[in-house]
Amino acid sequence: MTNKRRFLAAASALAMLAGPAVAERGADGELKIIYWQAPSTMNPFLSGGTKEVEAASMVIEPLARYSNTGDIVPALAAEIPTVENGGVSEDLKSITWKLKTDVMWSDGTPFTAEDAIFTWKYCTDPNGGCAQTTYFEGVSAMEAIDAHTLKISFTEPKPFPYTALVGSESPIIQAKQFADCMGAKAPECTEQNFNPIGTGPFKVVEFRANDVITLEANPHYRDPAKPAFAKVTFKGGGDAESAARSVLQTGEFDYAWNLQISPEVLTEMESAGKGKVVVAFATSVERIHVNFTNPDSALGPDDRSVFKADGSNPHPILSDIRVRKALSKAIDPVVLTEIGYGKTGKPTCNVLPGPDIYASTANEACKTQNLDEAKALLDEAGWVPGSDGVRVKDGRRLSFLYQTSTNAVRQEFQAIIKEWWSQIGVETELRNISASVFFGGDPNSPDTFQKFYADLEMYTNNFSGVDPEAYMANWLCDKAPTPATQWQGENINRYCNPEYDALAAEFAKTAGLEARAEIAKKMNDILMQDYVMFPLVHRGGTSAHANSLEGVLINDWDSELWNIADWRRAK
Amino acid sequence: MLRYAIRRLLISIPTLLAISFIVFALLDLAPSDPTANLPLTIPPEVREKIRLSLGLGEPFPIRYLKWLQQFLINEPLAVFEQLTGLSIGDSENRLRVLSWATRSPVTDLIVERMPQTLWVVGMSYVVAVLIAVPIGVISAYRQYSIFDQVGTLISMLGFSIPTFFTGLLLIVIFSVWLGWLPSIYDTTHVVNDWESFLFQVRQMIMPTMVLALANASQISRFMRASMLDNLNQDYVRTARAKGVRERTVVLLHVLRNSLIPVVTVIALGVPTIFGGAIVTEQIFRVNGIGALLITGIESNDIPLVQTLTFIFAILIVLFNLIADLLYGVLDPRIRYE
Repeated sequence: MTNKRRFLAAASALAMLAGPAVAERGADGELKIIYWQAPSTMNPFLSGGTKEVEAASMVIEPLARYSNTGDIVPALAAEIPTVENGGVSEDLKSITWKLKTDVMWSDGTPFTAEDAIFTWKYCTDPNGGCAQTTYFEGVSAMEAIDAHTLKISFTEPKPFPYTALVGSESPIIQAKQFADCMGAKAPECTEQNFNPIGTGPFKVVEFRANDVITLEANPHYRDPAKPAFAKVTFKGGGDAESAARSVLQTGEFDYAWNLQISPEVLTEMESAGKGKVVVAFATSVERIHVNFTNPDSALGPDDRSVFKADGSNPHPILSDIRVRKALSKAIDPVVLTEIGYGKTGKPTCNVLPGPDIYASTANEACKTQNLDEAKALLDEAGWVPGSDGVRVKDGRRLSFLYQTSTNAVRQEFQAIIKEWWSQIGVETELRNISASVFFGGDPNSPDTFQKFYADLEMYTNNFSGVDPEAYMANWLCDKAPTPATQWQGENINRYCNPEYDALAAEFAKTAGLEARAEIAKKMNDILMQDYVMFPLVHRGGTSAHANSLEGVLINDWDSELWNIADWRRAK
Repeated sequence: MLRYAIRRLLISIPTLLAISFIVFALLDLAPSDPTANLPLTIPPEVREKIRLSLGLGEPFPIRYLKWLQQFLINEPLAVFEQLTGLSIGDSENRLRVLSWATRSPVTDLIVERMPQTLWVVGMSYVVAVLIAVPIGVISAYRQYSIFDQVGTLISMLGFSIPTFFTGLLLIVIFSVWLGWLPSIYDTTHVVNDWESFLFQVRQMIMPTMVLALANASQISRFMRASMLDNLNQDYVRTARAKGVRERTVVLLHVLRNSLIPVVTVIALGVPTIFGGAIVTEQIFRVNGIGALLITGIESNDIPLVQTLTFIFAILIVLFNLIADLLYGVLDPRIRYE
């Protein structure tokens, strides 16, 4: 970390030498940003949506954030506490953050550890409906050692203690402003939720929900030379394609976010020469999940797609690893990526594709399609081609129901994969469900991804932050969604492997990045080599910025606007 | 007439109550989840807490009555207080209809979006009427002339080409190729001098024209048909035989009679102005009422959708009544007892 800081210091010294024009707050006028999904509030604790989190990240800041390379860098903290520098206790049960001492809220009052403690209380109030409580899980107490030293204690040893108040999803709000907004009062504080006072480079002038946010440079921002822009207009609404057009073709806006549009269209727009498309990769992977339980519609609600701990309800076909492997071998992730994502995606063979230190290299074979091997595997498993080309075994057809959410790219993927599978004698029935129902989690709906009333389903998942511990714990036996848990649970596959569970338990106890990465890779490899999922595409966050905008470091680990204080107009 | 109007108003109360129940029940019973659009990284226990904090824990009849009270009593009071600065009763603790996505009162959102909707959609309606009536009159008077043929063609085009196509076409021509007009509407723009007025006009041209074309086509067809009906009537021949000037015959006798059905069409179209133009607002990012409704639907913001839909219902009932009353004004033969 010290090396990095030395480097940063050197870099900023160089920048100052390069041009004296850089160092004046507000010298570059107005910055126009377009988010085609408009933010509905500036309080990320009450929304949890990416758009709200990113809009708020211009105003309110966490103790530390993730850089574009996935490293933790200080924001309101003076340095990152570690076991080596004494910030993290030897027993891993507490972390002590030293805060920057010169930070002011935009109303001119000083920022102290009390604000951090208030934020923790605010979000963990059981009546508040806070969307980010996971960040505060395992926190038993927070105390202010002095005005600028914050000690966070955990109920159990935490090998990765950088969760509470780290990253754009758990920023610090001002205690004074939100004092009357605790618990059930939280949603009624419209004025506070729309105009939070922050420590960030900008402050809200006017917030129009789902439309436009006007911000101006925070006069009390800690770096007197920043931000370079005096005003930010943050417009929302419309669709991704016209947002891209407004930056790349008409040049009306400087920055457009989340441009999930057809790769050809994006390339063509970029050729107008007004701006460029930038892509950042984090952990989003589009994958096909295999159902390990029996989704037969003839079964009752207590059996259909329900995991039984004694293994009595296995999938009649997919519990055979040879069938799963054959299905995977028949897929070509390289072709799919090219068709659906262009340069905004990379083919992948891992469910845990990043940060780099966690990415396994053991599964690269999945990138090569091999229909012959797939056929041989099915032959070996006893599935023989029937009269219509579909394989049969013991009077049962090799036929699957393959579902996903309604989305042009996903339906294209379904059609292509169906064609590949038909070439190896597998019949596929396709189904797509409206995203709000599919991801809706309504326990009464038969169509949610958690209920998984299908053999295979496809969607993208990821984890926020850079530590995969919680994410990799998704595939534990006891996390399978069942009627008893109201179909809640992250083990969508209903996968159960004692070896995997043991690794997860070890992961939770292991400190030290290297050792943790070793275990994470092992867990990823088990999932991949057992063909629990077929990863297809490592999806990047795609944005576009005008050529005249400098300093953009697109970041998929944190808010894309994480370094907006450094953005400037090209001279 | 006054008694008739009062009677009609009273009848519309049970109608509106029935509508409010249907709107509330339909949206409430439809499968939807306000937390559906949150990232998958937010765990189910947290989602459940969010749902509870939105008041979804209570049974249906109680939520309906609460919403009705908030909508009919609390919201009008709150708007009245904001307009006048007075405070009536316990205004601090009065519960208002809160949108789930923004956690702010629904009426505040609507009030915030009214200006751009009225400016763009309202102006397009005015332009549409101003274009449509003369075109309809001339087309009918000179039936089968070149003017009529061209007018018919343009009306057909305007009527059959959807606004999402004309909107995009205009953007590509005027924003991308020529670079004359902005493709994105700036709702924060304040008109305070000639310069800013010109900008307002420039940013309104495209959305207004797209909508005006669609509306004008329809109205001009009605106008033309109605004029044609009247031009062949006996009273027109009588007027001409009396030696009345042609101008007076057409503009005074025929036009006034022909306007009766057209006024109905125009009046019934007024609620759609307040409803916004969903597609056009979305394309040009006018972010008015139409866009508000769409984002409400997309984010499963049920209170917002319920309130907006119910307001539309009220407006439709109201303008139906106004259209009926206008009949009486325009046509002396119609009397309401």
